Amino acid sequence: MAPRSKPAVAARKTLLLVATRKGLWTLTGDATRRSWTLAGPRFLGNIVHHAVLDPRDGKTMLAAARTGHLGPTIFRSLDRGRTWKEAARPPASRAGSGRTVDHTFWLAPGHPSEPGVWFAGTSPQGLFRSTDGGATWAGVDGFNEHPQRKAWCGGDQDGTPDGPKLHSINVDPRDPAHLYISMSSGGTFESTRAGADWRPLNRGVRADFLPDPDPEYGHDPHCVRLHPAMPDRLYQQNHCGLFRLDRPAERWTDIGGAMPKSVGAIGFPLVVHPRDPDTLWIFPMDGTQVWPRGAPAGKPAVYRSVNAGRTWQRQATGLPPAQAWWTVKRQAMTVDQGATVGVYFGTTSGEVWGSRDEGRTWKCLARHLPHIYAVEA
Amino acid sequence: MTPSVREPAVAPVIRVRLPGLVDAYTGGKREVELPVAGSPTVADALEALDARFPGLRFRLIDEQGAIRPHVKLFVDASLVRDLGATMRSGSELMIVGALSGG
Repeated sequence: MAPRSKPAVAARKTLLLVATRKGLWTLTGDATRRSWTLAGPRFLGNIVHHAVLDPRDGKTMLAAARTGHLGPTIFRSLDRGRTWKEAARPPASRAGSGRTVDHTFWLAPGHPSEPGVWFAGTSPQGLFRSTDGGATWAGVDGFNEHPQRKAWCGGDQDGTPDGPKLHSINVDPRDPAHLYISMSSGGTFESTRAGADWRPLNRGVRADFLPDPDPEYGHDPHCVRLHPAMPDRLYQQNHCGLFRLDRPAERWTDIGGAMPKSVGAIGFPLVVHPRDPDTLWIFPMDGTQVWPRGAPAGKPAVYRSVNAGRTWQRQATGLPPAQAWWTVKRQAMTVDQGATVGVYFGTTSGEVWGSRDEGRTWKCLARHLPHIYAVEA
Repeated sequence: MTPSVREPAVAPVIRVRLPGLVDAYTGGKREVELPVAGSPTVADALEALDARFPGLRFRLIDEQGAIRPHVKLFVDASLVRDLGATMRSGSELMIVGALSGG
């Protein structure tokens, strides 16, 4: 009897890290991305703001956590989440600075040429760097101790309801010294000297909550993504709309104008296609009047652009048609690397939704989880 | 002349009562004894506790030396807010987490 043949190439699974207000879960999809298995919780009771798998080695994971009582820390796994240890020295402000890290909000692996380097953005706004895979962290003094820091960051009153945050840490794949960060609030900033110095990069971005319509800084970017295949291109989902910047230009272009007026161009997350610089997805929310911050009219929908924001298509097939009032936070939307890209998001009501056809159709992959803060593939 | 009789030396210790919220560090212990020298402060006790359970202190005390907002420390049943408060051999440091909300 002839042996049963096996596939020549092992089927590739898709792993989603689902960080929630009460712990960390994983969703593992089979090679077809039709069947998903939920596992967890890990760190039950911990507020996990972000959890990220290192794309450089495929096995290091970091999770930013705190609890209601206990201060902030970082957990690290070197075996793709099987075992975890706490960082020996988590991000902490300089003693005597008067500042304390409330929580680490954003984690970002460093440049591929610097395998142990990670960055962390905190609340209140602070930037930290690890050179040993997340075991120990030090402040990036070029930002944290910058003479303009206080002016750029404002006070606690200038931040989000959950505290002002430093997020969207983007590393130029061509140059490890070229970094972008964003702050809610504060705006987007650029360093060309590995964080040793920074300058605002906000021209053209609206800040209609400030008296100056075009200030140098003080904006509220919600999520900024650099396109990995075209690193001179940045997209921004902002408190005041959608913007694109093609360097070396210094002025952002408004790309929210083509969104339906009834939906608007306000939201938290934005993700880019891993290979096509013109394709991106957003999840709009209701930013009218008192900012309900739910799906506009209770009808959740993803919007996709395939032409860098000139036009947008509604993608809601499979999503609840009405009376669904959840929204999606800024780290809670992600894409995989599939030939046909999978798009995923987690909701404030604890559901994970996925599309295996670039947003055309959606399926609920998990429900009844706590409030989801982040989903990363 | 009667020779003086000295009591056997007993190493000074303090007791620390631990809440469940630090089980991940303590392995579920609810009480530990820590050796101390002289008149230790609460800060000394927390340093000793951190040496026993690495990483624990930073979860309770922030980088500016303040007790975190929802953590309470009691020495011999009295609330302390100053890490410089002194303890004596036999004192009990009780760590409590106090928080509400869903």
